[in-house]
Amino acid sequence: MSHLVIAPILFPAVLAGLILLLPQRLSLQRLLAFGGAAGFAGLALMLLGRAATPLAYHLGDWPAPFGIVLIADGLSVLMLLVLSAVALPVLLYVMASGWDARGRHFHALFLFLLAGLAGAFLTADAFNLFVFFELLLIASYGLMVHGGGAARLRAGIQYVGFNLVGSTLFLFALATIYAVTGTLNMADLAQKWPLLPPGDQALARVAAVLLLMVFAVKGALVPLQFWLPGTYAAAPGPVAALFAIMTKVGAYAALRLGWLVFDAGPTAGMWAQLLQPAALATLALGAVGVLGSRALPRQAAFAAIGSMGLVFLGVAAFTPAATVAALYYLIHSTLAGAALFLVADLAGRNVRSGPVAVLFMASAVAVAGLPPLSGFLGKILLLQSLAGQAPLIWSAVLLASFLTVVGFALTGSARFWKARATAPAAVEPLALAATALLLAGLVAITVLAGPLTVWLQTVAQGLADPAPYIAATAPQSGG
Amino acid sequence: MNLLIAATIGLLTACGVYLILRLRTFPVILGLTFLSYAVNIFIFISGRLAPGLPPIIDKAATGYTDPLPQALVLTAIVISFGMTAVLVLMAIGAHLGAGNDRVDLKDDGEAGQ
Repeated sequence: MSHLVIAPILFPAVLAGLILLLPQRLSLQRLLAFGGAAGFAGLALMLLGRAATPLAYHLGDWPAPFGIVLIADGLSVLMLLVLSAVALPVLLYVMASGWDARGRHFHALFLFLLAGLAGAFLTADAFNLFVFFELLLIASYGLMVHGGGAARLRAGIQYVGFNLVGSTLFLFALATIYAVTGTLNMADLAQKWPLLPPGDQALARVAAVLLLMVFAVKGALVPLQFWLPGTYAAAPGPVAALFAIMTKVGAYAALRLGWLVFDAGPTAGMWAQLLQPAALATLALGAVGVLGSRALPRQAAFAAIGSMGLVFLGVAAFTPAATVAALYYLIHSTLAGAALFLVADLAGRNVRSGPVAVLFMASAVAVAGLPPLSGFLGKILLLQSLAGQAPLIWSAVLLASFLTVVGFALTGSARFWKARATAPAAVEPLALAATALLLAGLVAITVLAGPLTVWLQTVAQGLADPAPYIAATAPQSGG
Repeated sequence: MNLLIAATIGLLTACGVYLILRLRTFPVILGLTFLSYAVNIFIFISGRLAPGLPPIIDKAATGYTDPLPQALVLTAIVISFGMTAVLVLMAIGAHLGAGNDRVDLKDDGEAGQ
């Protein structure tokens, strides 16, 4: 049993606790937070080297269905890597732009958010997933209202309220699942779910739909996306950039539980049936929103909704090829969305600045999915994997891309081209570099798309064949 | 007993849903509290109702009630309590900042949804 599996949760959480003990020492806090994010990335890379077969960690060494198990498999490690790829540039940006000095406890909340997200990606227990969801949400509530202000607090209340309703739904779903199966361990659920007696199947279907609604709230799927535009537009720019990964938690959970448990027995094919129309509607709403909004943060928020539509379109198919496409697009849209929110924050402070305009252009190209950046490859992968339903899906995706391009072109020309020349405020070079770092990540996944998709295929294969995951959960002798 | 518990959960949920649809933060917070009460009872009975039986090993016991939902509901209570505290603080902050406790975002134009 390797203690490395729990390290990405404990390491940031312990550092966050340390930071809380140093409330007046901003430079020391920055050092610890940066060390935390860098160490987190290091731990994710170490797990990448070790997690060819799923690695299990039994908390307190309790045997599987009774104790809580954490499992690091390909999908978990991928999500941890994406998280660190967003967290480091965003943290650099926060330090460079001085956002962390505008309120207290930014760095502690940041590290708690990392710990919560890592826990959500690693846990193999459905109730534990709920607990880590709450941990990451409570940190995100603090981050969302960082810096204060009446408008931000009010948007924050909506965000918290919406998510509390989501949490309640999550608990209803979990209790129903427990009532019909008597277990909440994911591997145990995977084995018991197809064997449910006919009398319990109606209840099981209700539970599966409730759970899907929870993940739809997290993933901002239509019709449960209402919290996102206001929240992301009102949140501090870098926090919104970090939240680019938060919507992906919904996609991650849908992928994990959909493949492992809910695409079998009484609920076979049900999630796919519900997810696909919702994903198409999300895509359409995102595109229309991008076209219709003029303020850049709000436009970035709608672009985030649209990208979730594409990710869920891939998730909904529950085939390995579509999953590879969804994962590739997930990596791309997290980095591109984060870059766009950082650019929006930069543009909000510097009305007319050459470098910011260039960064806007690059991130808009990425978000809209135009060549040469990775969004284009992601869309091609997705369209290829869904070629069976070409007329509907291809036209929806292409039309949405077109609307997104037009929306960004309108904003870009109004914002950067026609803007009246004012004395440009100084742009922190490090803030520009942090944004450029995210875009460099996009270039990297474009250039390395070949090896990356090969690895993503093994990840998708790990989802399609859950036997090693289930075997890892079982107690090992001498563990 | 079953009917009573089921009706209680239904009533609490109905009240909660009605209240969270109000436009001011205080009823919304009350509604969320009602919903969390409802879900706590719901979790509690997900291990089936077994009145008078112990959840932990007891030599004199004739049977046991499922102990796991009791542990789950304890976690859920703690979390919902903490979340309610956060929401109350934020609501007070927003009320003091804006001078009213409306939930909707209509008054600041572009940020409305």
